[in-house]
Amino acid sequence: MSRITLYRVGVIAAAVLLLELLCYVRVIDRITMQPPHQIVRDLFVILASGKQNAAILKTLSNASIALSLAIVVGILAAVALHGYRTVRETLDPLFATYYAVPIFAFYPLLIVLFGLGDAPQIGIGFMLGVVAVIVNTLNGLDRVPRVLRKTARIQRLGTIETALKVALPCAAPYVLTGVKFAVAYSLIGIIGAEFIMSRGGMGYEISFAYNNFDNATMYPLILLILIVSISINATLSWWEKVLLARRGL
Amino acid sequence: MSTESWKSARNAVVLIACLLAGWQALYWFAGEIAMRPPLATLRYTANLVTTDAFWPHLSETMRAFAIALAIAVAVGLLTGFWLGFHSLSRQVFEPMLVAIYSIPKITLYPVLLLAFGLGMPAKIAFGAIHGIIPVALFTINAVRNIKPILIKTGRVHRLGPLDMVRSILFPAALPEIFTGFRVGFSLTLIGTLLGEMFAAQRGLGYLLMTAIGLHNVDLIMAVTLLLIVFAAVVSTLLLAIDRRLHRRSV
Repeated sequence: MSRITLYRVGVIAAAVLLLELLCYVRVIDRITMQPPHQIVRDLFVILASGKQNAAILKTLSNASIALSLAIVVGILAAVALHGYRTVRETLDPLFATYYAVPIFAFYPLLIVLFGLGDAPQIGIGFMLGVVAVIVNTLNGLDRVPRVLRKTARIQRLGTIETALKVALPCAAPYVLTGVKFAVAYSLIGIIGAEFIMSRGGMGYEISFAYNNFDNATMYPLILLILIVSISINATLSWWEKVLLARRGL
Repeated sequence: MSTESWKSARNAVVLIACLLAGWQALYWFAGEIAMRPPLATLRYTANLVTTDAFWPHLSETMRAFAIALAIAVAVGLLTGFWLGFHSLSRQVFEPMLVAIYSIPKITLYPVLLLAFGLGMPAKIAFGAIHGIIPVALFTINAVRNIKPILIKTGRVHRLGPLDMVRSILFPAALPEIFTGFRVGFSLTLIGTLLGEMFAAQRGLGYLLMTAIGLHNVDLIMAVTLLLIVFAAVVSTLLLAIDRRLHRRSV
């Protein structure tokens, strides 16, 4: 295991060094990309100066609102849908094609409906994330063993109590898979919407910096988004593994 | 089978009817400034596809998408087969692929624009990076789940590596690989369109973006409808093929 981790670190280090070298010999020129060490240094400068803090805060808080909404609504919808086979079968093609449709096309509609504030961006992030939560939660609920549901019935638990105490805890690893997707999707939704049309946020700052050839702002912000999303994802994956290991899977 | 297909047809009709009704209701709620009702959109779309100005956009998008998909499938399959067979490489690289899969690739678009310039190559690259990783991840799983007895049979018949892939490994892994292709198809389409929305002078994504900029509601609705119908029809077809492949293989 440790040998593999070593290789992994080696591959990443080699990739970074290669980038550094390519930038150093000017195969990649400065207008295209700055060398990695410069990007990291700029990121520290930006974070220390605090001039992007408002944008970072706005994007991350919008993303977490969209994510929480997607998780809550998604789980509620899945629990509600789970019992109704006909409704599920009817909705199946919608779920299957949902992620082939560019949801960003609905952004102008949301802007007209909600105005150019935070709401339309949160709406896009929510719309992208919620279906992943629904589909994966349904998948998890399908795998709850019948004996557990029977036990719940013997204990005379109501529908809500059964869902909260038996079905959802049992489906937790699958719900977590959905949440993992929803994290990525809510960030994509928020940042993409900020790119298209907004008055602030990291996506806005990145595209503003891009339009002004301001690589000293653009690359560090991109790096920050990558770090945030990869570390959230790694944490959730680890948690998922712990949950699965606990049931011997 | 026939009752099942009848049932799925009925489900599709009910779903489409519900969506149209929801659309109409939303129109009554949101009004003329935000959107158009279904009938008006259909009429405008029918008009749009007969204009000469529309077809270059469509063919541009389709060309970019086709190339991006070809790249995504080729690179994804190669990576998938390599990592599927070589255990050490898989252990090293698979978590990285999963991590890259999870990042919001939309943030990388300025980097790609700087690297490839405005135009076709940037679009293709943006589409391809969305599609490569799902194809690769599904292929890895497909290769790893091939029953060892099939590989042993191939060895007994003294197949060379090429014959092995062609007549045993690929057919055995096909259903799972096809699922990867289906996911890759959707993501590549989205990637290509996003690339066009942010960085192009032609294509459906560009058309949509200019329509958003000009607040041309008719055009926004028409392009969105076309994209949704295209995505829905193709992914329904792919899903049907996917299910048939999986059923056959069991």
